[in-house]
Amino acid sequence: MDTVVSQHALLEVRACKQAYHKEANTELVVLEDVNLTLREGEIVALLGRSGSGKSTLLRIVAGLLEPTAGEVRWRDRPVRGPAEGVAMVFQSFALFPWLTVRENVEIGLEARGVARSEREERAEAAIDLIGLGGFENAYPKELSGGMRQRVGLARALVVHPDLLLMDEPFSALDVLTAENLRTDLIDLWSEGKLPVRSVLMVTHNIEEAVLMCDRILVFSSNPGRVSSELRVPFAHPRNRLDPAFRQMVDDIYALMTRRPVPSRTLAAAPSNIAMPLQRVGTNQMAGLMEALEQPPYNGRADLPALAAALQYEVDELLPLGETLQLLHFALLEEGDIMLTEEGRRFVSAEPEERKQLFAAALLAHVPLARMVRQVLEERWNHRASAVRFRDELEDHMSPEYAEDTLRTLVAWGRYAELFGYDEEAEQFSLEEVE
Amino acid sequence: MSDTVHPALTQGRRLPNLWDAAAILCVFALLIGVSRVARGTFAPISAPGALEVNLDPVNLPNYAARTTMRMFAALVASLIFTFTYGTAAAKSRRASLVLIPILDILQSVPILGFLTFTVVFFMGLFPGNVLGLELASIFAIFTSQAWNMAFSLYQSLKTVPADLREAADSFHLSTWQRYWRLEVPFAVPGLVWNTMMSMSGGWFFVVASEAVAVGDNSWKLPGIGSYVALALQRRDILAVFYAIGTMLLVILAYDQLLFRPLVAWSQKFRFETTAGATADDPWLLRMMRRTRLLSLGADALGDAATALGGVPLRFLPGHRGTMVDQRRSRPVDIIWLLILAVVLVWAVTRIVTFVSGELQFSDLWQVLMLGSFTLIRVIVLIASATLVWVPIGVWLGLRPIWARRAQPVAQFLAAFPANLLFPPFVLFIVYFGLSPDVWLTPLMILGTQWYILFNVVAGAAAYPGDLQEAAKNFRVGGLLWWRKVMIPGILPYYVTGAITASGGSWNASIVAEVASWGNTKLTAHGLGAYIAQATEQGDMARVVFGVAVMSGFVLLFNRLLWRPLYAYSERHLKLG
Repeated sequence: MDTVVSQHALLEVRACKQAYHKEANTELVVLEDVNLTLREGEIVALLGRSGSGKSTLLRIVAGLLEPTAGEVRWRDRPVRGPAEGVAMVFQSFALFPWLTVRENVEIGLEARGVARSEREERAEAAIDLIGLGGFENAYPKELSGGMRQRVGLARALVVHPDLLLMDEPFSALDVLTAENLRTDLIDLWSEGKLPVRSVLMVTHNIEEAVLMCDRILVFSSNPGRVSSELRVPFAHPRNRLDPAFRQMVDDIYALMTRRPVPSRTLAAAPSNIAMPLQRVGTNQMAGLMEALEQPPYNGRADLPALAAALQYEVDELLPLGETLQLLHFALLEEGDIMLTEEGRRFVSAEPEERKQLFAAALLAHVPLARMVRQVLEERWNHRASAVRFRDELEDHMSPEYAEDTLRTLVAWGRYAELFGYDEEAEQFSLEEVE
Repeated sequence: MSDTVHPALTQGRRLPNLWDAAAILCVFALLIGVSRVARGTFAPISAPGALEVNLDPVNLPNYAARTTMRMFAALVASLIFTFTYGTAAAKSRRASLVLIPILDILQSVPILGFLTFTVVFFMGLFPGNVLGLELASIFAIFTSQAWNMAFSLYQSLKTVPADLREAADSFHLSTWQRYWRLEVPFAVPGLVWNTMMSMSGGWFFVVASEAVAVGDNSWKLPGIGSYVALALQRRDILAVFYAIGTMLLVILAYDQLLFRPLVAWSQKFRFETTAGATADDPWLLRMMRRTRLLSLGADALGDAATALGGVPLRFLPGHRGTMVDQRRSRPVDIIWLLILAVVLVWAVTRIVTFVSGELQFSDLWQVLMLGSFTLIRVIVLIASATLVWVPIGVWLGLRPIWARRAQPVAQFLAAFPANLLFPPFVLFIVYFGLSPDVWLTPLMILGTQWYILFNVVAGAAAYPGDLQEAAKNFRVGGLLWWRKVMIPGILPYYVTGAITASGGSWNASIVAEVASWGNTKLTAHGLGAYIAQATEQGDMARVVFGVAVMSGFVLLFNRLLWRPLYAYSERHLKLG
């Protein structure tokens, strides 16, 4: 592919940082020191878990968000606001429900003041190119998800953008529809029919990135930064079953499960309550451990294979695996997951005993759970407001993360019967436990 | 906004057909009617017949047209207000600091109490001309319509989905284009619904505002309201029934020609991603789509609106859409708050000096006592309306066929101005010599109880079938069924209806606690009667005081009961 890719840089992101200020002097860093160069003729993926800041980076590139620090240059000019020649496709499609397919497609041209006759001509061309002919006068709500995203694509392509931005464009679609759209798009791209020079897409689907892109930037979380960059050497059309393809997917899995250095120090010092908990259900955890214990895995599984067998996305499987690791029920290692001794004991236990094992794991490995329990035991009425814990969490993480962490804690604590929670009063208590 | 084009209309022959002929006749008749009616509006008061009302039923169509014209004039004013005030409140953080609380208070002021002063004010603007009276009447209707319309627009503008906002920005829509392509269409369903609810409430005010007496002067603007007022003076019950019949026809026309088609049309703008079950188009909308000429006209209008909304106007140079995170400049904020504080202090001193000059401390006790009487009336009425209409509404709502029939009827009844129905009641009380303190009370809820009914019907109709089946499966019945199954499910709907009903009852108390039949006067003890009597005596201070205290009662009632209840039901009981 290198021969095709010209060396002219379309887009340059230099030392980009995105942080949100809190009232205190702490700030929440979403993106840190991100560099990216995009050249003509390439498709680049930003691959990472949710919360790794990849969508934020896409919005910065689109000019919808201003970075806290660093520089974004588009065609050698600094980006200020939505740039000319950049068009975006949204995960949620973002179609105007009161406009027909044709009117939705025309909106970008209309904003530029393109004359009506030319507008209609170009819209028709884009609609036909993307396979929407016959649907011109339909409203979005009459269309299936796949057709809606085609409208989103046509709306972006009709302005003949130099850069096409796609924010998880296929993740709201079912498996077959998504694959159909991907191959259609890649076919058009390889035949040179797409009126764009490069594509930058955000995804959390590893196979999708390897299938479509020339280059993959892998993001790590907290704060989001580019942890590695890979070149995909295969020619289109690519075959998912090709051993080299499989190997690359496996390698990226391993990259993404490798524990980043800062987290390790966190694990070594479990006194820190500011550890974001991921929204993972206790039933999911138990289910995964049971599946792991049984054949064919017998306690150890390859993550990509496990994800395929359970029909899970990386985004769902990794938080689950990491949470099991946090509670010392399992270990993640180079793209594999293994049950620990503790995990095996959990699987073979009766329901009541499982709760006790889970409670013990929470108290031992989740400092926040230990702290809540301790505070409740010290209080004369055994009640404590959730607000103070939330405030404390928000000093270290975004309000959304704090909310998620607290909700997860409540669900785990209830299952383990460590404490109860009154949603109306936002209070922890020991009442339901005793 | 942007398109009234229906796919079925863009093809085929474009020759006039029979539907067109009918439509043209209607349009011309309407134009002739409007021009005839408008002639009376600009006449001087001294002109013969300018302010004369005649009980001959032949005049009723003309009076009905005058009344309807006032409604529409007020509607136009309300729309203009909505789009300026609502937009300003949504777009400017500083403006919203002031505008939103003002709107909140205005919503709870029983504006009927101020009617006399607006009449005096507008008469002063156009001395000796009917226009002053007309404007006063229109203003009264306007005040009953505008607040919740503006609020609806404000809320919609504030809740435009983030992804659509981003799409608009990334495709470089200008401020103007974004407003007409994204924000206004998003607001349309809520705005249309609120406008239609306002119109329904407005009929009450137009009837009340046509016959006004201040001190020794009294005026009667030709219209259905003044016709009824005259009939009351002359003790002519037959004329009252003529007026009621005419109003029934007017409301029927309003319901069929405006309410239903508009609400059905606005469904197109609903922000939903799935095609839900759509109700049948009302007949008028169907006819509009069938007539070729009318639809051509609508096309042309739609195209013009589209072109206008598409003009790439930019109001802020270098506007960056969502990227501008409204930077808060501290000094400007402080200056702004200081200005507000000064205005507030000035207002308080004005009110204190005004009230202290005219009123004594005993007035406060008297007004609070009377306010409590009216409060008790409102509570008893809402409670009894609830006991009657909730079971009926649930019964109807759970039977889809009945729900479809009952819903339009209840909406129709809510629109009917209940004050036209007062005279028969009054006659009844006078004839049997009943106590006005008790028997005038039901009049307050005559018009507003329907809001409870149709909201409950809507709630029960939306009640999930699987929950009903589960309740049946576990043999949940009797009181338990009401407590645990049905009432929690319909509570959000019920509260919405009850808020409207109680607000309307407060307002109605001003005209319902005092009634007359010829020279016989009936007066109940209450704040509404206090305000009405002070008005009759031209005692401005007491009117202001009474209205202020009533606003306080309404505000407290809303804050302490309805709002917490609504918040609770929204949080816990929203299904789906």
